[in-house]
Amino acid sequence: MVKEVERAGFPIVQMCNLIPVATTVGANRMVPTISIPYPLGDPNTPKDVQWKLRYHRVGVALDALATDITEQTVFKVKI
Amino acid sequence: MKNVILYLNQFFGGVGGEDKADQEPYIVEGAIGPGLAFNAALKDAQITHTVVCGDNFMGSNTDEAVRRIMEMLKDKPMDFFIAGPAFQAGRYTVACGNICKAVMEQLGVPAVTSMNEETPGVNMFKKDMIIFKGGNSAAKMRKDVGTICKYVNKVLAGEPTGGADAEGYFPRGIRHELFLEDKRENTAAYRGVQMLIKKMNKLPYQTELVIPKKDVVPIAPAVKDLSKAVIAMLNTGGIVPVDNPDRIQSASATRWGRYDISKMDRLAKGEFKTIHAGFDPAAANEDPNVIMPIDAMRAYEKEGKIGRLHPWFYTTVGTGTTEAEASRMAKEIIPFLQEDHVDAVIMIST
Repeated sequence: MVKEVERAGFPIVQMCNLIPVATTVGANRMVPTISIPYPLGDPNTPKDVQWKLRYHRVGVALDALATDITEQTVFKVKI
Repeated sequence: MKNVILYLNQFFGGVGGEDKADQEPYIVEGAIGPGLAFNAALKDAQITHTVVCGDNFMGSNTDEAVRRIMEMLKDKPMDFFIAGPAFQAGRYTVACGNICKAVMEQLGVPAVTSMNEETPGVNMFKKDMIIFKGGNSAAKMRKDVGTICKYVNKVLAGEPTGGADAEGYFPRGIRHELFLEDKRENTAAYRGVQMLIKKMNKLPYQTELVIPKKDVVPIAPAVKDLSKAVIAMLNTGGIVPVDNPDRIQSASATRWGRYDISKMDRLAKGEFKTIHAGFDPAAANEDPNVIMPIDAMRAYEKEGKIGRLHPWFYTTVGTGTTEAEASRMAKEIIPFLQEDHVDAVIMIST
């Protein structure tokens, strides 16, 4: 789906846990998430910790959309 | 009697379903679950041990899981290693590929697995190992076990094997040199000209070297000014209103939906849920923002980091959904994005 959207000209970032799968399939901009059932917030952590992680990683994704790249790129996250 | 070791996920290993996907790897003696079917089909060989590992543990901690399993295997006599069959699973097919690759590289033991064409494991690993073409559900267990054992039995007996099409595995792009009888009709020159003659006469011909088409999408240019940009959110994690009004399927989805968030600052528990059948829904049902982070996007909108959030988010379910259907759904979604002059998109997958 990511490839179809990009083919239509939209810059798109794939947020997912299995980065190697996204890479093989051919996503260009990627940001890792922390798991499959809860990509952006571990329910075993306090709400404010979950929020910080979600806010940070979504921010990385937005910056990725505004970053010029020349090859498939996995953008780094800090938390 | 040759020794074969089998790798299974938490479901086929009898531990449990999604709730046990974090199961850490362990090894038991003998055959369990599908291992019994393997024992019945193997000739002069038996499953001596079974390794079981949860799909989430392997997926999220691949290096650690593989390291532990290699430790468990390194002192075991092993003539062959089999993983799966994994049918149309997402994480399980990737897990089977990872563990087979490690066994071959680190222990030098031949390893094979089986999975359906419509899985991530195939493209990731088909060049590295023999992956038998598998069915799309566990109903095909007997057939897939049979295909694997037909091949394994030949190899263990020292018999020659027939190549990808004959044996039923995904072509690896490996060519074996074959010496044909030394006569004019067997030379490359003759074969090539025969193909050309057929082509010029518009007759069908079969190329000897199929060049695979690599499907790369040109990188879309970056957003120039994020603070003015309209951003749309998509997900394949099945986040829908609690009544699932578009009746999106929980697996093998052919439908998608779009949901109005123009008056929302976040997705509320009890208003939205996940219908995705491929993982434990508890976390997402408790807080749908962990899959569809509307709360974070609104915060960035308020701060002025982005221009505005597109007033709908788009959902389908990724598990078991074919590439063809996913592609069609995306093409149906795109006009809605164009209509609102969306500048960029975030897709969250599970």
